[in-house]
Amino acid sequence: MKAVALIILNRLGLGLVTLFVVSVLIFAAVNMLPGDFAQAILGQGATEEAVAAIREDLGLNKNPVARYTDWLGGILKGDFGVSFAQANFSSFAGEDASKGGIGSVAAQLEPRFKNTLFLAAVAAIISVPISLILGIMAALYRNSIFDRFVNVSTLTSISSPEFFVAYVLILFLAVLNPVLPSLSNIFAEMSFTERLIKTLLPALTLTLVVTAHMMRMTRAAIINLLASPYIEMARLKGIKPARVIVFHALPNALAPIINVIALNLAYLVTGVVVVEVVFVYPGIGQLFVDSVKIRDIPVVQACCLIFAAAYILLNLTADIFSILSNPRLRHPK
Amino acid sequence: MDTVVWLISWALAIGIVGGVFRFAGQKIRWPSEQLNIYFRDMPLMVGIGFVFGVVLLYVVFHYYFIEKSTFFRWAVQGFVIFSAASWLFWTFGKHVGTRGSRKLFRKMPLTAAFGIMTIIVYAVLSIFAGVLAPYGQEEIFDKINVLPGGDLAAGGDPRFLLGTDQLGRDLLSRLIYGGQNTVGIAFMTTILAFLIGATFGFLAATLGGWFDQVVSRGVDAMMAIPQLIFALLLLTIATAWAGSNKGLITLYMIVIIAVLDSTRVFRLARAVGFNIVVMDYIEAAKLRGEKLSYLIFREILPNAYAPLLAEFGLRFCFVFLTIAALSFLGIGIQPPLADWGTMVRDLSQFINFAQFSPLTAALPLMAAGAIALLTVAVNFVVDWMLHQSSGLKD
Repeated sequence: MKAVALIILNRLGLGLVTLFVVSVLIFAAVNMLPGDFAQAILGQGATEEAVAAIREDLGLNKNPVARYTDWLGGILKGDFGVSFAQANFSSFAGEDASKGGIGSVAAQLEPRFKNTLFLAAVAAIISVPISLILGIMAALYRNSIFDRFVNVSTLTSISSPEFFVAYVLILFLAVLNPVLPSLSNIFAEMSFTERLIKTLLPALTLTLVVTAHMMRMTRAAIINLLASPYIEMARLKGIKPARVIVFHALPNALAPIINVIALNLAYLVTGVVVVEVVFVYPGIGQLFVDSVKIRDIPVVQACCLIFAAAYILLNLTADIFSILSNPRLRHPK
Repeated sequence: MDTVVWLISWALAIGIVGGVFRFAGQKIRWPSEQLNIYFRDMPLMVGIGFVFGVVLLYVVFHYYFIEKSTFFRWAVQGFVIFSAASWLFWTFGKHVGTRGSRKLFRKMPLTAAFGIMTIIVYAVLSIFAGVLAPYGQEEIFDKINVLPGGDLAAGGDPRFLLGTDQLGRDLLSRLIYGGQNTVGIAFMTTILAFLIGATFGFLAATLGGWFDQVVSRGVDAMMAIPQLIFALLLLTIATAWAGSNKGLITLYMIVIIAVLDSTRVFRLARAVGFNIVVMDYIEAAKLRGEKLSYLIFREILPNAYAPLLAEFGLRFCFVFLTIAALSFLGIGIQPPLADWGTMVRDLSQFINFAQFSPLTAALPLMAAGAIALLTVAVNFVVDWMLHQSSGLKD
């Protein structure tokens, strides 16, 4: 048991280090901007004094290391800085944006982050069981017509861009047969079912893309094991094929399957960007794209960090779960 | 809620009918012994599968002949036409050509033949876009928003088969040129990614030591950020540098995606390289006193060809989809260059007209489908190549 705890601590430490490196990378990338934030906020026609004033205000005349620690310290306290676009707005409204009012990035991110998590969760809840069942069935009836059909259709949906899948779904489920709404305008006051219905179409799009991948990997993981001697033994004992797969092969294939699920959940977190834009879903991905377009650097920075953190976290979970599920990894030599 | 009940009852019905089908098959004494044995050994799921297949076929036929299901009809027709064309191509390849190519075609599945055929068609279309397209991609006509179909009475124009966009540019020409730009740029980006990734990967494998450590850790850090997100972040900065120069933005995008994508190529090239470096012939070459360039180009590269080629296909798909997604989001290939991602975004509103003018609604799907078709084709070929090289039979 001690060894397991040690391994997990080790992985957590590694994850933290990665996160730190990523934050440095993002900070460095943003600092490669021509001019600086002050110039970016005020535009090219700004006077020297105005630029200097803003620079003073944002602490831009400190050295990069100090700025980085300030930024990181703020994030650890839940303060992601002030959005440029909202800062202009709130200065008109006479509010101090840096105090967590409307202008702060954190206030902007919070509801959208919840929405994105909701979308990813709905997609995951639909796709994980479907892909596991389909994967096991494809492994069970490998090389049959069913397997070929599933293989070709999953390969097709993996390789299609998300917006193609999205528009085909919109065409059939929203325009030709108006079953589901094609725009996901979600408000905080909505009831759960209403929210679910509005989320269903984007979630279905993500499901189609992700299921294909997970299903293929599940099939491959199980088939990989079917050549091993203990499976042959079980088969020779006369156990039914379905039982061989579910009770003998599946437990050993668990580690790669968990890995794939986590990787796909990580993909869900990033894949939401395009899907959210198609369905005008008020999530973090759409905010990210909008901010990129208007070069709202603090928001871009924050979104990037959140996406990266989610990505690292899910990969970390996959790592830990696959260690836990495999006794050989639990007791390293 | 009704849909759920409806679905469950259908699933139950199919299950019961499948069970009955299997049971009946076992009870009936068939004239041929083979059928008797087949039914005796049939698992329940196979029986259900048969019934499910029949239901599926019925649904397809039913919807095909319903008056209003234009899109479904098109989809089925497209599927049949593509299958028939790739089957013809397949048979053609089996009988015509050199001995080697005929043998290759005999062994490949239909999907791979479809992939190769589609790739050839795309290559021809992109290379000869200037000849094939009726007009230039930036040519603006005075008739804007002409509907597709070429029917004057219905708001179309025989000069513009697919109509014109809101600026008066011919959509058919833009679709063809879009192929040239999107495919060409993705191809260039992939080659660049391979040049960077493979060079560093092989260098890391041959030099080892601190060089390997530094580059590998750098790549690890870059891979910890999701690719699309990182590309968006870097593009924000790149657009700030480029200012209003649209061509420069496209150039920066190529470089950024190539660098981000080269991380995966690096991983593969390094892994393959490490397996080759430990071989005796490398040792011998080193003892002969060969230079580093000789080691990489004459000894390692020829032996790493097969996995790198398969990876090239996959990377191309990935780059192609990333560029299409970025263009769709409005930050990729910049106008006036025509490209499919931007076309999908610009035309996407037309999808709401599906009930009145199916052809208009099909416009965004054509551009998106063009992207999907190529990636599907490349994936089919890569799938076949991987399957062949791995020697998996089960």
